[in-house]
Amino acid sequence: MMVLITYDISFDDPGGQRRLRHIAKACLDHGVRVQYSVFECEIDPAQWVALKAKLLEIYNEDADSLRFYMLGTKWRSKVEHHGAKKALDIFQDTLIL
Amino acid sequence: MKKLQNSLYITRQGAYLHKERETLVIEVEKEKAMQVPIHAIQAIYCFGNVMVSPFLMGFCGENGVHLAFFTEYGRFLGRLQGKQTGNVLLRQAQYKTAELKPELISRNIIAAKLTNSRSVLYRHLRNYAENKSVNQAIIQINSALGRLQKAIQLDSIRGIEGEAAAFYFGVFDELILPSVGEGFEFNTRSRRPPLDRVNALLSFLYSVVGNDISAALQGVGLDPQMGFLHQTRPGRDSLAQDILEEFRAWLVDRLVLSLINRKQIKANDFVIEASGAVKLKDDARKTVLVALQNRKQETVKHPFLNEDVPIGLLPHVQALLLARHLRGDLAEYPPFVPR
Repeated sequence: MMVLITYDISFDDPGGQRRLRHIAKACLDHGVRVQYSVFECEIDPAQWVALKAKLLEIYNEDADSLRFYMLGTKWRSKVEHHGAKKALDIFQDTLIL
Repeated sequence: MKKLQNSLYITRQGAYLHKERETLVIEVEKEKAMQVPIHAIQAIYCFGNVMVSPFLMGFCGENGVHLAFFTEYGRFLGRLQGKQTGNVLLRQAQYKTAELKPELISRNIIAAKLTNSRSVLYRHLRNYAENKSVNQAIIQINSALGRLQKAIQLDSIRGIEGEAAAFYFGVFDELILPSVGEGFEFNTRSRRPPLDRVNALLSFLYSVVGNDISAALQGVGLDPQMGFLHQTRPGRDSLAQDILEEFRAWLVDRLVLSLINRKQIKANDFVIEASGAVKLKDDARKTVLVALQNRKQETVKHPFLNEDVPIGLLPHVQALLLARHLRGDLAEYPPFVPR
């Protein structure tokens, strides 16, 4: 299934930088960065539980916000892209270098 | 059903692959060229001078990612094998069958091979003009199929296969359209090394697809080296070669023909060495791999399961069916014969 993860991390306290970095890394482990604070993660439900737990552990409930959009398995018809920096569809695109 | 994961092909010389947390990072000239989570990857194929960090190798083994190395020109060199998976009893059944009664499975596989090669010929007749010699080859393959039904000995099964292959490759040149121009003449199947462009394409793709099959067999716990039809020989994945027979015509030959006939691959996409060996150039190899990868994403109705299956998963499906037969859950092994 596809989960879209977006976040806003507060830099008001010195820990913000660190949280931002850790959240980004956790998202990269499971998905593709499509914009600065937006990740598309195509994962199975078990992996999702683990990733969600990890993200909720890192973030600061009082200062940051996390948003998860569940796009299901038929997400391809629901997502459009325009303009530069087309995101990689890691399961379908030809990965050849 | 298992999810079809992606295959990653590295053809860039000097690329460096390493692990970063749960992801695979490809660096080219010290720059990150790609970063993908490992769970999206089923197999990594490295062509030529590609460096892989030891950590990544271990990580691949742990995650069941198939890592294989080829020369720049697609000759198989080696692969990394993770922990042996699957049931020992299944492998034991495989060895017993291979030793005591390999004929039944072999005959089914060859029947599929001949049917699938015949389909390639029929397809040509349907799409293009009537052709006497192609027609003739179909008749001969039909007669071989008839004799195959009665063949009991492994040797006679192999004999019928060889004969039918000769008829099939005897007219393979006719399947290449005259409009593609010079350079794609096909006389006879040549390997090690391939001596013309068509053979170079065939060999390259057989090698890549054979490896997919090998990985799929291992994935369900079968031993890819212990074959039924192909004799066991050190270093040869005989069982993978057996299963490859089902896919040669339908998957590879058709892909080769369409690459040539649609002029996606041209005569100057090859290098001819002093020894006469013909090899694909870098860019052309990419074109071929992209075409294969696209084909893998297409779905096809599996005649036995009666289910839509991505072509890339077919080796896995066949491996499962074979395992079921060996365990005694299926009376016969149903080879892959598309409608």
